[in-house]
Amino acid sequence: MGLKSAALRAASVFTHPAHPHDFLALINPLSSARQLRGVVTAVRPETPQSTTIAFRPGDGWSPHDAGQWARIGVEIDGVRQWRSYSLSAPAGGDPEITVTACGRVSAHLAHETRVGDIFFLAPPQGDFLLPTGPRPLLMLTGGSGITPVMSMVRTLLPKRADADVVLIHSAHDRESSLFGDELAELAARHDGFHVVHRYTAEDGRIDFSTVRDIDALCPDWRSRKTYVCGPSAMLDDAEKLWVDANLPGSLTVERFETAKLTQVSGNGGTVIFEKSDREVEADASTPLLEVGEEAGVLMPSGCRMGICRTCLTPLLSGQVRDLRTGEINDTEGDLIQTCISAAAGNCHLDI
Amino acid sequence: MTLTTEATETTVATKKRTGVLPTTGAPLERPSAAAHLSDEQVQQLGAELDAIRDEIIAKRGASDAAYIRRTIKVARGLDVGGRIALVFSKTKLGWAAGTGAIALSKVLENMEIGHNVLHGQWDWMRDPDIHSTTWEWDFVAPARGWQHTHNDIHHTWTNVLGKDRDVGYNILRVSEDQPWQPRDVWNPVVNAFLAPFFEWGIASYDLEWDMVTAGLKSKEDFKSDLTALKKKAIRQVAKDYVATPAAGILVGNSFKRGLAGTVTANMIRNVWAHAVIFCGHFPDGVDVFTEEMIDGETRGDWYIRQMLGSANLSGSKLFHILTGNLSHQIEHHCFPDLPSNRYIEVAPKLRAVCRKYDLPYTTGPLPKQLFQTWKKICQLALPDENKWETVKAVYSPNKAKRRRAKAALKAGQPIPTA
Repeated sequence: MGLKSAALRAASVFTHPAHPHDFLALINPLSSARQLRGVVTAVRPETPQSTTIAFRPGDGWSPHDAGQWARIGVEIDGVRQWRSYSLSAPAGGDPEITVTACGRVSAHLAHETRVGDIFFLAPPQGDFLLPTGPRPLLMLTGGSGITPVMSMVRTLLPKRADADVVLIHSAHDRESSLFGDELAELAARHDGFHVVHRYTAEDGRIDFSTVRDIDALCPDWRSRKTYVCGPSAMLDDAEKLWVDANLPGSLTVERFETAKLTQVSGNGGTVIFEKSDREVEADASTPLLEVGEEAGVLMPSGCRMGICRTCLTPLLSGQVRDLRTGEINDTEGDLIQTCISAAAGNCHLDI
Repeated sequence: MTLTTEATETTVATKKRTGVLPTTGAPLERPSAAAHLSDEQVQQLGAELDAIRDEIIAKRGASDAAYIRRTIKVARGLDVGGRIALVFSKTKLGWAAGTGAIALSKVLENMEIGHNVLHGQWDWMRDPDIHSTTWEWDFVAPARGWQHTHNDIHHTWTNVLGKDRDVGYNILRVSEDQPWQPRDVWNPVVNAFLAPFFEWGIASYDLEWDMVTAGLKSKEDFKSDLTALKKKAIRQVAKDYVATPAAGILVGNSFKRGLAGTVTANMIRNVWAHAVIFCGHFPDGVDVFTEEMIDGETRGDWYIRQMLGSANLSGSKLFHILTGNLSHQIEHHCFPDLPSNRYIEVAPKLRAVCRKYDLPYTTGPLPKQLFQTWKKICQLALPDENKWETVKAVYSPNKAKRRRAKAALKAGQPIPTA
């Protein structure tokens, strides 16, 4: 590394004001001084709407733990779009994501990705992780919420013969259910792994308002460390059930959707982006991140739903409203999350 | 239109303009070329130009992104190739090829890439590698300082005397409306010297030393700009005039040979950039304005000022790319943040608008426009009236006579001939 950085420094004399990486990028597309990149190495269709994409990251990537997620940037119509995806591959290996087409970006990823495409990346993060000691586990997943759990299962089962895992996976129907064949294979090979499929089109949703459904599906659920990932209604209901059962500590939730308030009062205001020298009128329901991006401001962004805190920006003055809670923030100098904050009157951002 | 001496002095006071101009209303005085238009017509013209802009923004996409990436690749490829040729080759042809490739790379990097990226034309891609807040160009002037004098000052106050410092860059008289000063006799000499050293001229200009003496820029700001320039200049000089020629020594070439190549390449770029940029606002048919005239300017009037204050160059597609599409100066001034590769399709639409509203659209081939520019710079070296008497008086060997002449000139009175 010492030799490499010395060589790069020497080369920068010849490449100034560009970075040597900018020139290396002419032959190696993964080379960039500013932005971690990855190249797509495999694309496997899972269901008609879901695709698994494997990619090889460039320097700067740290191997992921099972259950973690990463920000993936992809260019659509020339514009870079960022979203967060759980890494479905086993820990440490080359990362994979399994994307279900449900929005513009995920539809693009699921249907348009080709081997050799370049992804923009941020290193994996997240604390939806396996317990450190051996414990019986219950995995409750819905839809594409199975992806981080799949990474956990793929990591755990080959390593631990004594693993005791029950996976209850809900999907609309058999056709749209992810990883069906692999789960069946894993269950056949590992005595301690049990899979229960719930097809909501036929069986209806699991009812978390009473313990009846969960008792039937996994009678010893109270003694298991439980992981839940899926639609936010499912997470909310499960959280409530576990709290009511006086077991809140044994439930770990991975939340990828945030319920935003749909009814927002107020008229918004003028947003000034100080460093970018832009001034824009914003309404009371558009996140400041989008307002900034529309105005051409280089806004830091990540999950776009208020969980990763990549988009933190100092509020110089004015008022913003948290779209999730309706809370007003007018603390000068406070770091606000632009992806879930909207103008609640005029506001002035230090970006 | 005549600009009085008083008017020049009053323009020093800065008027605060808002970012968004009103669509309705009227300025104090429309330039003569647009005096025939009614307020409604100007408003309509503004809406038509806004529509052209919206149309391009809606079309902007993957092909534009591919264009700028390809251009950057070509420029970097030419730079590497050119330096390798210059360092390793021992023949005259190799020297010329290397020098030419570096010069071409610098022209592309500076004009089609640097100038336009720094305008934010590619910010919509959200690529931190090609963004107006991160790009640094292969030019002595640091990008951030240049963005201020260029994007902010020049593009806001296009051709407004006393506000747009690009009108003559404080060292040249380029308009009859600038009062003649004794230093203007050096106009052609200054310009001839400026061309090959253009990047140094721009770097010095961006420091805004005149604003410091006028008390409009703080000494601290000046110092920090100067520090940034020093840092940048050292690295630019180290790359082109030290490291590259020194690398040649390793393969048995002389230092001088490499140095001659990089000096030549930079001069080619400088002369080219100077020529293109001077043709953008100084040929015949281009208007200048006073700050009083534009008071109350509407969006439509702003567009009109950009159209009347700029001039295009005609030529092939390759020529447009090599000028950084500043050959479409009129389009660039109306829409400074639209991707440069789109100006070529905007041009016929803008021209049609000019025709419809009976407004001039100044364009011509480079040699013609360049000749007009130089002719003007030479003619304006001399005062408008009593040319030789005035020059003789202010440059007289007699100190008293010289002083009297300068005082009379300053007061706007006839030069005493006795």
